[in-house]
Amino acid sequence: MTDKALSITQVCKDRGKIRVLDDITLSLAPGQRVALLGHNGAGKSTLIKSILGLTPIHGGAIRIGDATPGSAQARRDTAYLPEAVSFHPALTGREQLNLFAQLSGARADVPGLLDRVGLSDALDRRIGAYSKGMRQRLGLAQVLLGQPKVALLDEPTSGLDPISRQDLYAIIDELAAQGTAVLIASHALTEVEARTDRIAIMRKGQMVADDTLNNLSALAGLPIRLKVRASANPEVLAAELGGIRINGASVELLCTPDDKMEALRRIAGMGDAVADVEMTPPRLEDLYRHYAQEEMQ
Amino acid sequence: MTRFLAITRTEMLILRRNRWLLVATLIMVLFALALTFAGSAPTGTLGVDMLTVSVASMTTLSVYLAPLLALMIAFDAIAGDVDRGSLSLLLSYPAGRGEILLGKFTAHLAALAFAMTVGFGTAGAVAAWFGGAGPESLMALARLILTSILLGAVFLALGYLLSALSRGSTAAAGLSAGLWLIFVVLYDLGLLGAVVMDKGGTFTQSVFPWVMVANPADAFRLWNIAATEGIAMASGMTGAAQALPAWAAPASLLIWPVLGFALARAAFRRVEP
Repeated sequence: MTDKALSITQVCKDRGKIRVLDDITLSLAPGQRVALLGHNGAGKSTLIKSILGLTPIHGGAIRIGDATPGSAQARRDTAYLPEAVSFHPALTGREQLNLFAQLSGARADVPGLLDRVGLSDALDRRIGAYSKGMRQRLGLAQVLLGQPKVALLDEPTSGLDPISRQDLYAIIDELAAQGTAVLIASHALTEVEARTDRIAIMRKGQMVADDTLNNLSALAGLPIRLKVRASANPEVLAAELGGIRINGASVELLCTPDDKMEALRRIAGMGDAVADVEMTPPRLEDLYRHYAQEEMQ
Repeated sequence: MTRFLAITRTEMLILRRNRWLLVATLIMVLFALALTFAGSAPTGTLGVDMLTVSVASMTTLSVYLAPLLALMIAFDAIAGDVDRGSLSLLLSYPAGRGEILLGKFTAHLAALAFAMTVGFGTAGAVAAWFGGAGPESLMALARLILTSILLGAVFLALGYLLSALSRGSTAAAGLSAGLWLIFVVLYDLGLLGAVVMDKGGTFTQSVFPWVMVANPADAFRLWNIAATEGIAMASGMTGAAQALPAWAAPASLLIWPVLGFALARAAFRRVEP
């Protein structure tokens, strides 16, 4: 037995001459929510398909609990939400979910699940008449079938309105609370920032970062931005603090996390000359740019 | 084991919901009735009952229609799911690829069987009512229905094969049309040309009947024709049937669905959604 819900060790995969997955190592503990970020074509979907056993890998190993990808056990233990999923338009939501429940062998409360994702009104309507967001919700409902050990969500927020996104993350939290490890491939950086335990970033088939947001910030050494608004004379302030003037009344200075307190003390020491201080820690977007584009710069 | 039945149930639902079952059954009934009435003229001259003539006409009809209807359902079976992006999801469930294919096959074959039985059954009943029937012609009708279902099974399996091999369902539809044309029309034309060129030589004597029976559509025709003397007379095709042992046509028609399914299964295994 391993204590990891999902472990990926040194996985490689070639497609023709191109190495689409290069020495990928990643592991998820039960109940952990991990965001998988990267550009289009960075290998996120390929990695997910490898975990599902839908596409072969050419090196390394993947284990879902103790099972190998594609084995009966692994298929029972994983739930998957494909990117931009679609279903047969002639079926109703209830019929489609019934099929999945029968295939998974799980005893499922289908109307309850559809209610959970906000589709109780569309239960017996044909999927052909569903909007993109409704199909996405139906896809999410089938993730909740049974009690998967690992849930793999590929761009789960695409096509969802802001309220639905909130619902989605509430559902992801529920999954995590029941012990499911959740891997979310996403572009929606700001949402992922607040809603995941760890962040993994892929670039050109390589894993370039895998840590908590705070640790990633520290590792990247991205500066904290301090915006100081002067009450009277910004020139003096700029000269004193050594920053740059950004508009009529403000001075911006960048400092490392270690120098943050020192800088704040200096600003506080200036007394009435300072009207306001605004502090912006590096955001995921900056971090993402830092890690995902490192090589291009 | 119940998993493939879950697929079957869902596929049946789809066939009923999108009216495929209704349309296919209607086509079969209409064509079979039309041929029965149109073909009832030579009854007197040949001295056989009307059902016999009707079965002979419907045999010719089924050679064209059974493969066509089968390919019409089958071409979308895998490629359609790939297009919708739902195949990867389906394959992430514990059902194996063989089970998925078997589930679809069972549902599609049941739908074909329904359309064939209702279509030929109705026309047969009408012919028997108006022109009489005997035990032999009733047997011929039963044989026609059963062999039509077998012929449908062959082209279902071949349709899945094309569906697994092609990228997207539009391509699969095109390939299916080509397949139908080759097996049902061009194959026979080619053979006819070869026989004419050969002028009754060794090819016509010994090779030709075997090449002919290797095509499931021709095997279907031969099986129905060879089995009943009346139908052989009515369709004017006795020569080819007599040159072969009696088991050749049934063997061909029974081997093809198994072979086709195995090929489709192998091609499906290589599909990466």
